Amino acid sequence: MTNSKKELEEFRAEVSAWLGDNKPKEPGFLLPQSFMEVGTDQQLDFLREWQYKIWSAGYLGLAWPKEYGGGGVDPVFQTIADKEMRRLGVPICFNIIGLGWAGPLIKDIGTEAEKKKYLKGILTAEDIWCQGFSEPDNGSDLGNVQMRAVRDGDEYVINGTKIWTTMGNYAKYMILLARTNQTAERKYDGLSFFLAPMNVSGVEAKPIRKITGEYGFTETFFTDARIPADSIMGQEGQGWKIAMQTLQYERGAEAGHAGGLAFVRVQMDDLIGQLKSAYRNGKPLLDDPIVRDQLVSLIMEEKAISLGDKRTHIGPLTSDYPLSLPLSHKLRYTEYARRMRKLAVNLQGAAGALYVGDDSALEGGFWQKAYFQSFSATIGGGTSQVQANIVAEHVLGLPK
Amino acid sequence: MNKTSSNSLSFTEEQAMLLEASREFCRKKSTIEDVRKQLDTVLGYDINVWNEMVDLGWLSIAIPEHLSGSGLGVNGLVPLIENMGRAMLGTPLVSTVLAAQLLIRADAGECSERLLQKIIEGTPATIAFLENSDWGDTKIRCKIGSDLTIQGTKDFVDDAMAAQIFILPLIKNGELVLALVDRQQLSDNAIFPHVLIDQTKRSARIDFSGIKIESSQIIENDRVEKSLCDVRIIGALLVAAEQAGSSAACLDLVVDYLNTRKQFGNLIGSYQALKHPTVDMLTMLDASRSFIYHAATIISDAPIQKDVRVACHMAKAQSTNTLTFTADRAVQFHGGMGFTYACDTQLYIRRAQWSQQQYGDAEYHRSALAGIFFDK
Repeated sequence: MTNSKKELEEFRAEVSAWLGDNKPKEPGFLLPQSFMEVGTDQQLDFLREWQYKIWSAGYLGLAWPKEYGGGGVDPVFQTIADKEMRRLGVPICFNIIGLGWAGPLIKDIGTEAEKKKYLKGILTAEDIWCQGFSEPDNGSDLGNVQMRAVRDGDEYVINGTKIWTTMGNYAKYMILLARTNQTAERKYDGLSFFLAPMNVSGVEAKPIRKITGEYGFTETFFTDARIPADSIMGQEGQGWKIAMQTLQYERGAEAGHAGGLAFVRVQMDDLIGQLKSAYRNGKPLLDDPIVRDQLVSLIMEEKAISLGDKRTHIGPLTSDYPLSLPLSHKLRYTEYARRMRKLAVNLQGAAGALYVGDDSALEGGFWQKAYFQSFSATIGGGTSQVQANIVAEHVLGLPK
Repeated sequence: MNKTSSNSLSFTEEQAMLLEASREFCRKKSTIEDVRKQLDTVLGYDINVWNEMVDLGWLSIAIPEHLSGSGLGVNGLVPLIENMGRAMLGTPLVSTVLAAQLLIRADAGECSERLLQKIIEGTPATIAFLENSDWGDTKIRCKIGSDLTIQGTKDFVDDAMAAQIFILPLIKNGELVLALVDRQQLSDNAIFPHVLIDQTKRSARIDFSGIKIESSQIIENDRVEKSLCDVRIIGALLVAAEQAGSSAACLDLVVDYLNTRKQFGNLIGSYQALKHPTVDMLTMLDASRSFIYHAATIISDAPIQKDVRVACHMAKAQSTNTLTFTADRAVQFHGGMGFTYACDTQLYIRRAQWSQQQYGDAEYHRSALAGIFFDK
């Protein structure tokens, strides 16, 4: 199916107009900047309503089949809608584990019954999903997951602990990686993948308070928790393969993602805009030569990252170390983001000491919180130090 | 503000061919042994290699077709010069192509065409930008009188010993003009060669006082000032490309050493204290290459606009940092060997010190960017 340029442009204008009319007003409390930061019922209710509104308007799940609540059109429409959401700076679609992980997976390899049961609730935000991969002792080494699932009649009995479960205390379902076979020759072959209900006895989601002072994820304990046997996806032993498949949907609507923003992108322009009225030594902050140099250096880092994303696709310009740009992306981006937010706090003068909750804090303490939150990315998904080792060994070929 | 500035990066077939061909050429014609052979010579380069480059048409790459060039623009020069930097190849190519750019952009009609033809045929040329050691000082003080006699000294004139054509910004009746001086008009004792920290490069102080030129050797029009400013920024880009190449070669040297040298029973590359800064070299190099090819993508023969200026400033600021860091750590990581003249890391750390100043250091370019971003 090809879509005429005119048709796409009309759609873009339509989305843009709708978002313009329906972009929510500032709610009077700080909104989460990413799906990992939903810490209060107030925030949850707000985002749930917003996601439902976007879905009702027909701008979420556009490429998913109609019979399961989707729009049944080409993914390019979702890509356009996402771009407009990004451009107009609307709130996030928080149910990301459903929209970008569980949903596409069920859509692609789920049974008819599973599709009917789960997909629509993901889009409408009625059913919140969480992910249970990491464990306290198995963070980077996912293949070593130890949570046990033992078949007992029509049920599996689950025992063990998951950690860093985003929205674990709100979720109705969890995509769960657990070990069904203790004796498999390869550790990966002993794993199975479940669409596990959270509202069964024996599941306890204990919120973890973060460095920001807020909540957002849980440590999740399973103690003889019994889940229906048919909540397994595929067969026993296919867990690793399925878990890896869930990771591929992040790339966007073309890859199966239902759409919506997972996080608010903060750019140097946003920071500079807010510093225009700040002062240092009695003069405008942006006249200070040291501040100017610091800001320009970060603008360059930001630009180098986006130019690098383009250069990744140019063979002759990446032939020295073809894996360099993709494998160093997380390291470069997250470290840049952390430093940028750190500087944003530093540049506020005495007001840099204020935090969320103080009426005089710049943007409600946005930057202070964002700085702390930025560590979730320099630590989560492999710390920067581990990332640097990966780049050294897999890109430069340095010894382990 | 950067939101509005360009973010495009593409690579043409022609660039790919030049990248490939020049890499092969430099690998063959400029081995480290070849580079070392030129360190103490007067000119600093092998005239036979230069002639081969001329035969390959490299001098005409950025010259428009209507002036008998290949019309590929500065865009075509970037991959070539990056590879020259990688091979530490000594040539007056950068000086010469910049002189050509100035002639093209200031467009003096017949006179430029004649000189461009000589350049295409391999006559080295250079622009005498500086009168002191401050790249941030663009004020010209050297004068030319109404009798067309030059008064003044230019400093840090690149490739002064090889150049046959000198382009001098001068003040004539309060106006900026360009004088085109032929090598034969200069006496040998007017040229005072510098002892440069980078022994692969050459420059000199030149006293032009007393030289009388013809009116046909003067370019005076309303394009002179803008052209001179544009060529300085192109110079920054070309040096940045050369720095990126040198950084890449220096990184290769480090990776190789970290993979062969053993201490305490282990390859030293297994120690994170060396591993992580080496990753920093790589990510800085990646940033350099992204900036220089971004600048190459958007630059054209037209007068330089804000986007291109931003891109070139960023390219030079980044590549200066990349090479000064990479070369500095390369010496350190080579331990005792790194302290010797025999170790090739000396070539890169010397190149780093020379090139960081060319067309302005990193702070100069970042300060220019701050002006563009914040002073509106």
